[in-house]
Amino acid sequence: MHISQVWIDIAYLLAASLFVLGIKGLTKPKTAVRGNQLAAIGMLIACVVTLLHKDVLSYEWIIGGLLVGGTIGAVLAIKVQMTSMPQMIALLNGFGGGASFAVASAEFFKGVNGPVEIISTGAAVLIGAVTLTGSLVAFAKLQELIDGKSIGFPGMKAVNALLFLGSISAIGMLVVEPGNSTIFWGMAIAACVLGLLLVLPIGGADMPVVIALLNSYSGIAASAAGFVMGNSALIITGSLVGASGLILTQIMCKAMNRSLTNVLFGVMAEGGETVDADEVYQGKVKSSSSDEVAMILETAQRVVIVPGFGMAMAQAQHAVRDLADVIEARGGVVEYAIHPVAGRMPGHMNVLLAEAEVSYDKLKDMDTINPTFEQTDVAIVIGANDVTNPMAREDKGSPIYGMPILNVDKAKTVIVVKRSLSPGFAGLPNPLFAKDNTLMLFGDGKQAIIDITQALKDA
Amino acid sequence: MNFAEFVPLLALFVLAIFLGVELITKVPPTLHTPLMSGSNAISGITLVGAILAAGHDGMLIQVLGFIAVVLATINVIGGFMVTNRMLAMFKRK
Repeated sequence: MHISQVWIDIAYLLAASLFVLGIKGLTKPKTAVRGNQLAAIGMLIACVVTLLHKDVLSYEWIIGGLLVGGTIGAVLAIKVQMTSMPQMIALLNGFGGGASFAVASAEFFKGVNGPVEIISTGAAVLIGAVTLTGSLVAFAKLQELIDGKSIGFPGMKAVNALLFLGSISAIGMLVVEPGNSTIFWGMAIAACVLGLLLVLPIGGADMPVVIALLNSYSGIAASAAGFVMGNSALIITGSLVGASGLILTQIMCKAMNRSLTNVLFGVMAEGGETVDADEVYQGKVKSSSSDEVAMILETAQRVVIVPGFGMAMAQAQHAVRDLADVIEARGGVVEYAIHPVAGRMPGHMNVLLAEAEVSYDKLKDMDTINPTFEQTDVAIVIGANDVTNPMAREDKGSPIYGMPILNVDKAKTVIVVKRSLSPGFAGLPNPLFAKDNTLMLFGDGKQAIIDITQALKDA
Repeated sequence: MNFAEFVPLLALFVLAIFLGVELITKVPPTLHTPLMSGSNAISGITLVGAILAAGHDGMLIQVLGFIAVVLATINVIGGFMVTNRMLAMFKRK
């Protein structure tokens, strides 16, 4: 059974509308599940009508692909741990880009006509391939298959520029010579290499920006594929996703006070004189014990917990919640201060704490929580570093000067749970650790929190 | 496709970006991760193009289509399921 193009287009419009309503649902935690389901229904409608398209001549490859992809997707979604969500998102971004890359390639071999289709095909292949290989590198870094630090070689930027310009001119050549598959594959390979080289030099804490940006690319690639096929569903949906990724990218950059170019080319702001860690810490760092921390918490009325990537690494979210429960049972108030770039992707901490059943109205963003630190008895920093560094606020010569931070140092007492005094991603010492009102609790994040909880229960 | 057919599609593209910007700026930071996985699932709409390629004549086109169907389906199924899993955690309070 085949249905006519008009009905298919109307069904696509319906699907696109459901996607918009779905994203609208995501603006509130209460309506979010429903929003996601609406979007899924939209996707089902779009796929079913496409299967009835007259151009679909055989179903073997389609059904095979749906089964293989569906199984892999379902297994990934069920098995993945919440702490590994950044890797999962990176992988999904990559597959999205890869799918657009493959679709545009298939269109190329069906035969593309005229400059509009050829340029769209080229754009879909270029962006799709960069998204695919770039995301795989991001995945490998987050999964610690390769070194998470910046990897590069001299002249890397020149090579990247060459690959980019080469790909663009290859697209130009295809306009002149539309059927030349050598040029096509050459461009595709150059784009794949470009994706690798673009993400390799980007280090760990800049990952939220890269993931958001690749998210955007995967949408733009889908849109470009839509232009190749003259398919409105792909164009609308792709641009929605592209816009979403761009906004998240912008939010992340702003939260680090860095421009997108800075992040992409791995440049930190020029620092004045380098700050000597010994000078900052010498004789001023006070090491504490879980018993001492529990004693301070006994009388605390208001406690703010500041989680960072270290909490994810230590899988400490459940332990943190248990501690909060005990404090609350004693009559204290507990809130969580979430910096926009805490963790390895936008919203990373929120998902982990939601997994530990922390109510989302206790998770406060930076602007909301910052004015309250002065009335806070105890701030507990677990696995966060650069986002609490007062140098960003006070030291005009510092490379991170101007980056918005959580003002934890304004709390009456600050407890920092950390393995050692080693610097965070910015490579800077943190004067917070040497403040009079700061106590360091050295050790594994999860164990330290469990010990405090136990000591507080016994008190 | 000629240029006259391209312009209406371009208009669609530009307007959808504006709509996207309006919608996404309203999403609270707490939901940014589910937003990313959800938008990933939605960008799996490429599956529509993939189906058309995999159901076409010609071995190379079918193989490329098959790869596209696999990748896009991982995105769609994986994306929606994992988003649902995360959002269920936000909802239960």
